[in-house]
Formats: sequence, C-alpha cells, structure tokens
Amino acid sequence: MNGAKIRQNIAFSVLGVLTLLIVVPIMLIILYIVINGAGAITWQFLTEAPRNGMKAGGIFPAIVGTILLVIGTMLFSLPLGVLSAIYLVEYASDDLFTRMIKLSVVNLSGIPSIVYGLFGFTAFVLFLHFGTSILAGSLTLAIMSLPVIITASKEALESVPFSYREISLSLGATKWQTVRYCVLPYAIPGILTGTVLSLSRAAGETAPILFTVAAFYLPRLPRSAFDQVMALPYHLYVISTQVPNIPLALSFATALVLIALVFLMNLVSIVLRAHYRKKRLW
Amino acid sequence: MAENSSESAVRSYAKPRAAEAGIFVPLNRLRRRIGEPIIELCIKLSGFVVVIFVFLIFLFLLRDSLSLFRQYSVSKFLFGTQWLPISDPPQFGVIPLLLGSVFVTAWAIFICVPLGVGSAMFIAEVAPKSLKHVLKSLVEILASIPSVVLGFLGIIWLGPFLRNTFHLPTGMCGLTGSLLLAFMALPTIISISEDALVGVPRTYREAAYGLGATRWQTLWRIILPAASSGILAAVMLGIGRVVGETMVVLMVTGNAPVIPKSILQPLRTLTATIAGEMGETVGGSEHYFALFAVGLVLFAITFTINFVADLFLRRARK
Repeated sequence: MNGAKIRQNIAFSVLGVLTLLIVVPIMLIILYIVINGAGAITWQFLTEAPRNGMKAGGIFPAIVGTILLVIGTMLFSLPLGVLSAIYLVEYASDDLFTRMIKLSVVNLSGIPSIVYGLFGFTAFVLFLHFGTSILAGSLTLAIMSLPVIITASKEALESVPFSYREISLSLGATKWQTVRYCVLPYAIPGILTGTVLSLSRAAGETAPILFTVAAFYLPRLPRSAFDQVMALPYHLYVISTQVPNIPLALSFATALVLIALVFLMNLVSIVLRAHYRKKRLW
Repeated sequence: MAENSSESAVRSYAKPRAAEAGIFVPLNRLRRRIGEPIIELCIKLSGFVVVIFVFLIFLFLLRDSLSLFRQYSVSKFLFGTQWLPISDPPQFGVIPLLLGSVFVTAWAIFICVPLGVGSAMFIAEVAPKSLKHVLKSLVEILASIPSVVLGFLGIIWLGPFLRNTFHLPTGMCGLTGSLLLAFMALPTIISISEDALVGVPRTYREAAYGLGATRWQTLWRIILPAASSGILAAVMLGIGRVVGETMVVLMVTGNAPVIPKSILQPLRTLTATIAGEMGETVGGSEHYFALFAVGLVLFAITFTINFVADLFLRRARK
C-alpha cells in the first residue's frame, strides 16, 4: 500500500469519526427521552387537563392547542404559499420585481422566530386587536412557514416537465387551465410534502407563540379563534423553567409527546414522498 | 365550440373522468370569462405578499423602535455597555447582549463547522448508498427536534454534566448554549454543504482520477475548493440559524445580561432578552420599546447574513 492510499484511509476514517460524533448523540437523545418519558405516558396523561399547579394530571389542552395551531397555520399558509409559488414559476418574468420576491423569500426564512413573535404581537395582537388568540398565533406561524412552503411548491412545480404545459397550451387551453389541470395535479405530492414538513416545524416552535397565543395554564378547551390556548412546546418550556418541583417524568413525557407528534408529521411527509415518487410519470 | 372541446381534452388528460364538458359548457365559459382574471389577480397578489410581509415586519419593528429613540438616544442604545432595564434611570445598552450573541455564535460555529463539513464530505463521497440514506434521515430527524426539547435536555443533563466536568459554579453558561446550538445548526450546514459537494461537475472528478489522484486527493484538492462557495453559504446560513435561535439560549445560558469575559460564564443573547423580558414589561414603556429595538438589531443582522449567503449560493450555482 503506498503513501497516498494510507493517507486516504486515514482521512476517510477521520471523516467517519466526525459523522459518528453527530449520529451517536442524535440517537442517544431520542433514546434518552423515550426511555425516561415512556413510563409516564398513560391514558390519563393524554386525555386529562393538568391539575395541582401542573404537578399532576395530563396535557390534553396543550395537545389540542398545538393541533389547532397547526390547522390554523395551514389554513393561512398553504393557499398563500402555493399561489405565490405558482406566480413565481408560471407567471413571473425574470425581472427586478421577481428578484425582489425571491430575495424576500430568502430573507423571510432567515428572520429569527422571536422576531416573528414580536411582529405577531405588535401587528396582530395589538394593531389588529385580535388579542392573544389562536388567530394571532396561527397568522404568526403561517408567515413563518411561508418560505418553506413556497420553496417546496416552487420545486414541485418546476419539476413538472415543460412538455405538459406546451401540449395543454397547444390544445387551446388558457394559461390558468393549463396550470390548474396539467401542472398542479402533478405538483401536489411535492407541495404536500413541503407543507407537512413546515407544519411540523411550526408545531415545535415556541418563540413565535410566546406573546401571541400561548397560555401559561388554561385547563379548558378554547371556544373560538379568539381564545388563548396552551401549546405543547410552551408547556414544556413552562414546566421545565417556570414552575419549581415538577416531577421530571412529566417533563420527559411532555417532551416525548411533542417529539412523537413532530416525527409523526415528518413520517407522513416521507411516506407521501415515497408513495408519489413511485407513481411519477416522468 | 372548438375551444370547449379542447378544454375537455385537456381535462381528461389530467383526470381521466367521464366526459363532464357537455352540461357544464355555459358554466365553463362563465368561469373562464370572470373566474380566471380573478384567480390570476389572486396569484399575482400572492406573489407580492412575501415582499409585503418582509416590509411590514421591518416597518412594525421600526415604528416601535423609533418610539424608544424619541426618549433614549440611538448612540446610547447602540454603544451602551449596560443593560439595566429596571434600574433608575434604566440603561438600554445593547452591547452586552450583542456580545453575548457573538460569543455563543462564534463557539457554536467553531464546533459545528468541522463536524458538519466533515460529515457532509463523508455522506457525499465516502459512505455507500444505503448508509447515505440512513445518515441523511438521521440528519432530518435532528432538524425536526423542537428547540425547546433540546433546551430541556440542556437544563437537566448537559448543564449539570458540564458543571461537574469543568468544576463550574453553574452549568447554565455560554458553553452549554453553544454546544446545543452547534447541534441545531448541523442539519443546515450538512445538507447545504452536501448539495454543494455533489453539485461539482463530474468532469472535475474524472479529470483528477485520470491523472492518477486518489479519491481523497480528489476530494480534498479538487472537489472541496470547487464547492467552497456553497460551503461558505452553508456556514453563513448556519450562523443565521444560531444567531436567531431563541428557546435554547433562553433556557440554558443563565440569563446574565453582562459583557461576557469567558464562554464558561452565564450570559445572555439578543433573542433571549426579548423572549425573557417581554412578558414583564408594561406596554408602551421605554423597556417595551427597547425590546423592539433589540428585535430591529436582530432583523438587521440576519437580513445581512442571509443576503450574503444568497450571494454565495448564487455564485455556487454558476
């Protein structure tokens, strides 16, 4: 074996070790939470409100709150995100205006989540008088999810072969008919994948909902979109920093439920992707 | 009528359903005349909406920041070395918070760039295909772990661990935050670096192999330099991610708004200050507006970082 070959083996081993340094902690983290949290997960924990200053009982209102927020976020961000991706791919010409939109998407994705929280608070809670509410929180999370949905939808639309559009247009279909019947149906899997992924991120976010929707302790379910709710990530934050003497098992179990929810959404997106990739026509 | 039949052809091409044109002909015509301009208007407006949001976020932050600067001078805010919002008179010097963010970010990046770029190289060039998929999904799993969960682990496990290891007075310090943030920035850095490495044209590789270079020599001397723009963009985006991260630093860095001298002492970042103090302020007070000014500083920093990263990415694509 010559020197170059030995150096290659050493270098590749170093790269392998670096990768292990990342992979092992990821698995340890998941295992650690599952092992410590699984014991405390009971039917009561999932279906009851917290009791006794959150030291006992369950997290049902927080689960419901997070699900409501995810649904609200989707209602606002999915149509808006898909329409603006359609604009960018199908309608926009390559001019200054389009470049401005693309740059805005990039910058929107880089804005810190706490800044979204500030914006949501001053714009939706105060300026538009929505109050601390599901509506204000969903809108804040929706703006935050927009860049991911737009980027994913854009890629999905761009991957539909150009010939589909040409054929449709040559048959006399209008621009919108072409988009609606010949492009969009084939882009939907990609769009859904990106949407579910961005929603799973929204479900785990704490900073944007701190001042816009999250309730410290609200052991009942919301009655309207103008109600506050508890949310899983905020609840975990509260019980691990704000309230002393919470049984650790409860914190672990809350973390486990949050992670499970997020992973479940990710899994849905992965399955969707795999399923549609098989059925792809091109 | 030719137009209508072509439309149904288009439709049946997309959705092979029974002919639905016949009955709906008048309806379709109406839809095209009125519906289509409306939907196209919606599409154009939605395209513009992203620009409006960025502008609105900036505007609202600026509005509330200006309310502070009417009562408190800009230079005292930007260059003040003390953040004492509830003393009398209050001090709103952003320097301690800025340095807190810089300290935590620098250490996080210092830790995660070698790890991230190294494992991107492993995933892109060394790992066999099956392992590659496993590694990529693990990185995706890491990306999806909510930050509050990592913060929780920092409090109950990493903080105490570091305190015992380095014999610190408290485990809630800058280093705990940096380690967790490094971990959180990894998915961004790995996936973008890997894209950059894979995106290097095959001809580069073939030419190097043809000259007798080993795979490692090719990777180190040819592919890595060729992918440098993309890797720089990855690092920039990683920095942006770390600077903007809130919950982890709020939970584990000890929340001491003083100018940090070492990474092993408690400190506080820009983001944690907003998250931690907003709940305690009175709406419309100086303190309240000062937090928006901090938000504006954050906005400016991340805007710049993303702008630069985008320039690098654009160059990488060429």
